[in-house]
Amino acid sequence: MSGARPAPATAAAEAAVAGAAAPPVLEVHDLHVRRGGAHVLQGVDLAVHPHRVTALLGRNGAGKTTTLLAVLGLLPGTGRVRLDGEDVLGVPTARLVRRGIGYVPEDREVFGALTVAENLRLAARTPQAAERLDRVHELFPDLRQRHRQRAGTLSGGQQQMLAIARALLNPNRLLLVDEPTKGLAPAVVADVVAALQRAAAETTVLLVEQNLRVARQLAGDVVVLDHGRVAHRGDAAGLFADPGRVAALLGVSGPPGPPGPPGGARTAGARP
Amino acid sequence: MSTFVLITVTGLGLAGLYFLLAAGLSLIFGLMDVLNLAHGAFFGLGGYAAWLVLDRLDVVAGLGWRFLVAVLVAAATGFTAGALVERLLVARSYGDHLGQVLLTIGLGFALVALLGGSFGYDARPLPQPAWFGATTPLLGARVPNSRLLVLAVAAVLFAALLLFLRRTRHGLVIRAGVENRAMVRALGIDVSRSFTLVFAIGGLLAAVGGALGAVYFNGINPALGTSQLIFAFIVVVIGGLGSVTGTAVAAVLVALVQQLVNYYGAAGVGDIAVVGLLAVVLLARPQGLLGAVAR
Repeated sequence: MSGARPAPATAAAEAAVAGAAAPPVLEVHDLHVRRGGAHVLQGVDLAVHPHRVTALLGRNGAGKTTTLLAVLGLLPGTGRVRLDGEDVLGVPTARLVRRGIGYVPEDREVFGALTVAENLRLAARTPQAAERLDRVHELFPDLRQRHRQRAGTLSGGQQQMLAIARALLNPNRLLLVDEPTKGLAPAVVADVVAALQRAAAETTVLLVEQNLRVARQLAGDVVVLDHGRVAHRGDAAGLFADPGRVAALLGVSGPPGPPGPPGGARTAGARP
Repeated sequence: MSTFVLITVTGLGLAGLYFLLAAGLSLIFGLMDVLNLAHGAFFGLGGYAAWLVLDRLDVVAGLGWRFLVAVLVAAATGFTAGALVERLLVARSYGDHLGQVLLTIGLGFALVALLGGSFGYDARPLPQPAWFGATTPLLGARVPNSRLLVLAVAAVLFAALLLFLRRTRHGLVIRAGVENRAMVRALGIDVSRSFTLVFAIGGLLAAVGGALGAVYFNGINPALGTSQLIFAFIVVVIGGLGSVTGTAVAAVLVALVQQLVNYYGAAGVGDIAVVGLLAVVLLARPQGLLGAVAR
C-alpha cells in the first residue's frame, strides 16, 4: 500500500499545484483601512490559495502589516474578507482566530513577564496542542531548555522561535506571519526559515517579508503592495526571475539564490 | 519605642485597607485601561453589607461568627456589584476614555447618594466582637487587635490573589492581558470574560476593605470609600499599573509615610508627604516601582 503512495516531496508539490486551482482559503476584496487620518489600504484585493505560501511584499509603509491586522480584525476596515468562503470582516479577533488562524506578529510580541512555558500554555487552544507541544520542542529544543525563563529575557532569535512556536501549537487553516526574520542574525534566519518550511508543509501561509532571499525560499505566490494598493500579483518564480521588475516594484535588486519549490517552501511529511 | 511600634502597626493596618482598595483598581486599569472612579463606592457597599449583617442578622449567634459572615456577604456583594457594573455599564464604553470617566464619576456619586438615602450620612459603627477592641502586646507596645486583623486579612487576600494570578488559566490570561491585550485576542482568547472577572475581583477586594475599614475607622459612612480613593490612586501609580505586588509595596510605603509624618510631624502633613513621595517615585521611576506587570 505504501508503494502506491507518491513520494512525500512529490505529494507536497502536487498538493501545492492542486491548491492553486482550489478555492482560496483567504480572499480579500476592496479592503480599505484608515489609521490616524491616513488612508493606508486603498482597495486591496488578494487571494491566498490552500497549501501555498503567499508572500506579501512592498516597501516600508506600503500597508503589508496593516493588511494582516485588518484580516485579523485588530484594525477596523471596510470591504470584504473571506475565510474559507465565509465573510469574517467584523468578526471579533478571538472568535476568528479560533476558526483556525495562527499569527506570528511583527516584533514577536511574546509576553515578556511570562515564562516560556506560560507563553506556550496561553497559546494552546485546541485538544491537539498537548501532542503538538512535543513536536514544537523538537523543532525548537532551546525552548524546552528555557521553559522556566521569562520570555522578556530571551534573545531576539529565541523570542522569534517562541512567537512561531505559539502559532504552531494549534492546527491552523491559515498562518499569518509578519516579518519573521526582521533584525535576526543570519544563523537564526536559517532556523526561522527551516521552521516556516516545516509549518508550510501542513498549512497555508500568508507571509510578510522584507528579506527577498527569504521570500524567494519560502513563497510560491507573491502580492506586491504599493501605497496601499496591489501593484503586482503572480507566481514568485516569475517575479524573481525578472530583476528589473523586482527593482521597479520594490526598489531593490532581486534576491540571489535558487527559487523555492512549486507552491512555496514545503517539506512534505514534516511536522508540525 | 512603643509609640513607634504602635504607629507602625497602625500604618500597616491602613496599608492593608489601601491595598484592598487599590489592587482591583490597578488590575482594572492595567488590563482594561479603565480608570474606575466609582471604585470607592464598592468599598462603601461592602461596609454597609457588613453593617447590615452585624446589626440585623441575629440568627447567627456570637459576634465573632457573625463578623465572619458579614465579611463573606460583603465579599459576595462586591463581587456581584463589580461584575454587574462591568457587564451592564463599563462594557459599553471600552475605548471611550472620556465616556468612562463620566460614567464612573456619575456611578460613584449615584451609589454614595443611594447609600446616604438608604442609611443616612452619619457614620454607623459596626457591632464588633470584644476581641477587636482588646490589645495585643508587641515589642513593648499594646497594639489594637483590629489593626492586626485588617493586616492579616489583607495579607491573606494578597497571597490568594497572587496564587490566582500565577496558578490559574484566568490568572495567566489576566497577566498576559495587562502586558498586551491585543496579542491575547490574537491567540484566540476572549478577553472580555477576564474583564468581567477582574472587575468582580476588584469589587470583592474593595468591599472586604469596606467591611474592615468600618472596623478600622470605627464606623461606615457613604463617602468613606470615595475619601480613601485618592490615596488608592496614589498607591496604584507608585506601585506600577497592573502590578499586584507593586500595589502591596506601595500601600505599605504610603500608609507608613502618612502615619509616621502625621504623628512625628503635624497632623495633616502626612497627606502632603504622600504626594511628595508620589512625585519622587514618578521622577525616579515613571512606570512605578514594579511597572505594568500583573505579578
